[in-house]
Amino acid sequence: MAGQVEGNGESNFILDHIVDHHELHLGSLHIPLPHIHLFGIDMSITGHLVMMWVATLFIIVTLAISTRRRGLIPSGFSNAIEALVVFIRDDVAVPNLGEKEGAKYMPFFLTTFMFILACNLLGLIPFGQTATGNINVTAALAAISFVVMIGSGIKHNGFFGFFKGLIPPGLPILLLPLMIPLEFLGLLTKPFALCIRLFANMLAGHVIILSLIGLIFIMGVVAVPVSIFFALAMYLLEIFVGFLQAYVFTLLTAVFIGLSVHQEH
Amino acid sequence: MEAMAAEAYGYLSAGIGAGLAALGAGVGIGQIGKGAVEGIARQPEATGDIRSTMIIAAALIEGVALFAVVICVLLVLK
Repeated sequence: MAGQVEGNGESNFILDHIVDHHELHLGSLHIPLPHIHLFGIDMSITGHLVMMWVATLFIIVTLAISTRRRGLIPSGFSNAIEALVVFIRDDVAVPNLGEKEGAKYMPFFLTTFMFILACNLLGLIPFGQTATGNINVTAALAAISFVVMIGSGIKHNGFFGFFKGLIPPGLPILLLPLMIPLEFLGLLTKPFALCIRLFANMLAGHVIILSLIGLIFIMGVVAVPVSIFFALAMYLLEIFVGFLQAYVFTLLTAVFIGLSVHQEH
Repeated sequence: MEAMAAEAYGYLSAGIGAGLAALGAGVGIGQIGKGAVEGIARQPEATGDIRSTMIIAAALIEGVALFAVVICVLLVLK
């Protein structure tokens, strides 16, 4: 079924560049990676997993270098990192969670933002693959956000208080059987939307670029200037979309955590 | 014959679906842009706030359009 997906074999290369493989793809060099099966679950090391490790390493090294204390006022790259951290604190955490709570959740927001940003941008450099273009990765990120949402709501309002607070006050008792499933569904659709939004944005950008380059193979030399120009424009848009989607994911997680913690409708 | 027709209908509906999604996204984000430009024209001091709000709203609407695109891709792959 997957073999005859794109019809002819010419456009199979798009699928080849998007899906995860049990090999590390560096151009035409395919490095095989170990298959690991633990308790019946396939935990093999794949290309996207290696990309996530590279992203993590990149973040750790970059932030470790730039936050070394050289005095009270940072300069150069440290300045940019501090501007980013202050931006996330003042525009994402504090408006949604308040001063004290916002500061407590800062590590989570910063990790989410930097990780998604690094994964998105790593897909744009040569020999890189977009780990966030894999729905399993974004589903895991959304699941983490979901757990933090519910966990923070329960920690703040108590176990039953959280679920009781989902129902708007002053509701006629007859509407209760309708509202309870609706509120549960509302709880579930938010992380689902987070997952699909990030996945589809990252995937769409790469499919468009690959399709434009593929036009050259289909139409011959005459398509080269148009293809290259549009592919370049899409690359620039992809950089912007990478930043934007990381920010939107973090912002929406902060908004939902704020809604869970302060449940006054 | 039936299988071929089903596949053809799948491709056709994927194309129409993607077109409609693009149409919806275009109309929605165009209206956001219109509101943002009018707001900036009325009150240039609020340009920064309006710009950030516009970008966030555009990202959310684009998310919805891309839900539809994901469904279309599923149609093509089946």
